[in-house]
Amino acid sequence: MESIKDKVAIVGMGCSKFGERWDASIDDLVIESAYEAYEDAGIDPKDIQACWYGTVTQPLIGDGATHLARPLKLHGIPMTRVEAWCITGHEALRNACFAVACGMYDLVLVLGAEKLKDTGFPGLGAGRGMSPVLEARRTAPGSFGMIATRYFYTYGLGPEEGKRTIGKIAVKNHYNGSMCPKAHFRNKVTLEQVLKAPIIAWPLGLFDCCGNSDGSAAAIIVPAKDARKYRDDPIYIKGIGSAHVALLPQNCPSFDWLHFEEVINSAHQAYEQAGITNPREQIDVAVVHDCFTSTEMLLYEMLGFSPEGKAKEDIDSGFFELTGGLPVNSDGGLKCFGHPVGASGIRMTYEIYKQLQGKAQLPERQLKDVRLGLSNTFGGPPQVSAVAVLGKEPGYP
Amino acid sequence: MAGIISYGAYIPLWRLSRDAIAEAWGSGSTGGERSVANNDEDVVTMAVEAAFDCLNGVGRENVDGLYFASTTPPFKEKECSTLVATATDLKPEIVTADYGNSLRAGTAAFRAALDAVVGGSARSVLVTASDCRLGYPRSNYEQSFGDAAAAFLIGNTTKPAVIIEGSYSISNELYDVWRLDKDTYVQSWEDRFIIEHGYTENMEKAISGLMKKKGLSPKDITKAILYAPTARAQQGLARRLGFDAKTQLQDPLISNIGVSGCAHALLMLVAALEEANPGDKLLLASYGSGADAFLLQVTDEIEKINEGRRGVKGFLSSKKALPSYTRYLSYKGLLEPQPGEPFRLFPAATTSWRERDWAIRMHASKCRNCGLTTFPIERVCYSCRSKDNYEEVRLSDKKAKVFTYTLDNLAGRSDDPTIPQTEVAFEFGDVRTYILMTDCEPKEVSIGMPVEMTFRRMYEGAGMYNYFWKCRPIR
Repeated sequence: MESIKDKVAIVGMGCSKFGERWDASIDDLVIESAYEAYEDAGIDPKDIQACWYGTVTQPLIGDGATHLARPLKLHGIPMTRVEAWCITGHEALRNACFAVACGMYDLVLVLGAEKLKDTGFPGLGAGRGMSPVLEARRTAPGSFGMIATRYFYTYGLGPEEGKRTIGKIAVKNHYNGSMCPKAHFRNKVTLEQVLKAPIIAWPLGLFDCCGNSDGSAAAIIVPAKDARKYRDDPIYIKGIGSAHVALLPQNCPSFDWLHFEEVINSAHQAYEQAGITNPREQIDVAVVHDCFTSTEMLLYEMLGFSPEGKAKEDIDSGFFELTGGLPVNSDGGLKCFGHPVGASGIRMTYEIYKQLQGKAQLPERQLKDVRLGLSNTFGGPPQVSAVAVLGKEPGYP
Repeated sequence: MAGIISYGAYIPLWRLSRDAIAEAWGSGSTGGERSVANNDEDVVTMAVEAAFDCLNGVGRENVDGLYFASTTPPFKEKECSTLVATATDLKPEIVTADYGNSLRAGTAAFRAALDAVVGGSARSVLVTASDCRLGYPRSNYEQSFGDAAAAFLIGNTTKPAVIIEGSYSISNELYDVWRLDKDTYVQSWEDRFIIEHGYTENMEKAISGLMKKKGLSPKDITKAILYAPTARAQQGLARRLGFDAKTQLQDPLISNIGVSGCAHALLMLVAALEEANPGDKLLLASYGSGADAFLLQVTDEIEKINEGRRGVKGFLSSKKALPSYTRYLSYKGLLEPQPGEPFRLFPAATTSWRERDWAIRMHASKCRNCGLTTFPIERVCYSCRSKDNYEEVRLSDKKAKVFTYTLDNLAGRSDDPTIPQTEVAFEFGDVRTYILMTDCEPKEVSIGMPVEMTFRRMYEGAGMYNYFWKCRPIR
């Protein structure tokens, strides 16, 4: 198998303001991110040769990508709608990158969008999954709450200690998000506030859960050899991994709830393509799937940032804070952006893109000496994961 | 010899003190407590519970029929007995029938099973009776009714636990207690009339008729199991028949359960058999639009059957207090709770039918090649990828332990806002599944907690009631 490393580059990106966009339709959201990306890449919409569109809920059935074609007036080009639960945005990006890498297209648009705030309820809702009876009342916080409970039990964290540990992730992400103008939530929170918040699905409280937002993000992908025609600081794809697993985690015989194979495999693929052997040392910034604080904690271990069972030590030492050894969710993550499902993977990649270019919005958030960044989505029941590694210099690492 | 091979009972976990009802209305309390089915239970799920209790340690291969009796079935058109039989995991090649409309429906099914095994059309028939009747708020019936189910396996064998020696029936046309097709609550005529000319007169006729037919006098009977709407009516009847109320009368189970409709006479029979000795002669009588009386002879086999059954005794002692009368009203659907998150995945008759083996029978697939067992059924093995090379194994009677859990505040409804969602590890293969926990105090859930499976009504969707399995702390 060949590697995607340094074969394609991102030359423009856009990201809408995330939040409760009561006044914005899905059309308004996609126009917002697409036109920022066009401008960033310095292209005209007629330059787009193909498009990959990631969305989960819009509409439910039978629309292809026509509801992206219409607001953007994309005529007569191939367009693909992608859906893969929480990794939808990454999947759109991955498919677009490989299509460009094979030489078929010279310039493509990747766009992810979701309009969640027209549903009338605050979360993603109950009754996820395949069967009306088996999972009639399963919720997203419930599913990830079960991960937290098992993690605490396995590593001997008492309920209070466990809650404090994941609570620190909420405090960190809110601090980071407070400096991110496009974030949904820009309020700092204290650990005490986090611990006293109402319980959503024990042990997860309100601040352990990400918000529900509307949002959209877009990227323009070109062959690496053409990248400098568009800009001086293109960002190169170093690796993109993605994995599904066959069974719902709850139905896997003997599953331990701490080693989600989809995450481990998707990271392995991306690291192998990029040539990363020690992610803790080599990755300079990461934006990972903090749908719940417990998810981020477990991802530290599954992505190879922390040794198994040692996430707590890194959390306590501030290793993942902006000033730490490996800043994670430097933009506030899903905690502050919310999770408009189809947009999230591309929004995360937008933050990595900006950090690598040294153009993070609000300079106080800009990290020093960033050469490699990682974005990750992980979700569904959970059953799917994607990892993208990006860098600013061809040939590195 | 035709008789009882096994018995089972079910009493819901929740009990409401009659003082709490009286307090809510500022009325008098008759004392004690009544059983209350949970908001995910109905007469079908309760019958399944009683059937599992009855079949514990008994093979299903000789069960050729299942009868279900209730005056409060969830369907006006659609058989309940097929659903009970499927959830109980009986083979499809059986006779099923529903009995209803009368408080005697339980003993009607009991008699029909007896006739079937005597006539030779079935080797054994599982009889289930289950009721959740509603008395008008503040009425005496609201206090005196209870929810429960009973099950009997009736067979023709050389060694039944109880031989059914004879029976006698009376049919009587009378408006004493009734519900019209549109009624929610039980209506009744004046108490003095219906006890005297309904209950007492008909029970007396049926019992005297049976005693005369069999040449027996009251002293020949070890225990008289007399269904009764009140303890007082039972004692009055016993006096007129010449039974000694202190020694010969089976407790009417009103003070601690409440009158459980057409299941009640059979529930009392279960309680009587739990205390019976070989050689005892029992008289069973039930009432409703007439009366049925049966003469029963207990054999040595009773001692074997009494082991491994929860019965009335077991389920009576396993209980939790319903916190309030309001909760009772909401569990009964008389106060509408604010619904939780809407159900988005609607069932379809086609999918429910295709998935019945795992969804209703709770079968897992065990790979014949590598032995891995998964639930729900997987055609292609998760481990070795063999295709269609599995046997189905029943999980519904297997114990499990909580592997991990969450206490979910989004999944519930306003009368039960916190839903424990659990991942359980079965003590069987390496089977795991995600399953809701019911009949529990959420704060008591912990990793390692032993649980058992229970068949429940999940929700109404697409115009159908949809049933599935939950787990509960072992009762």
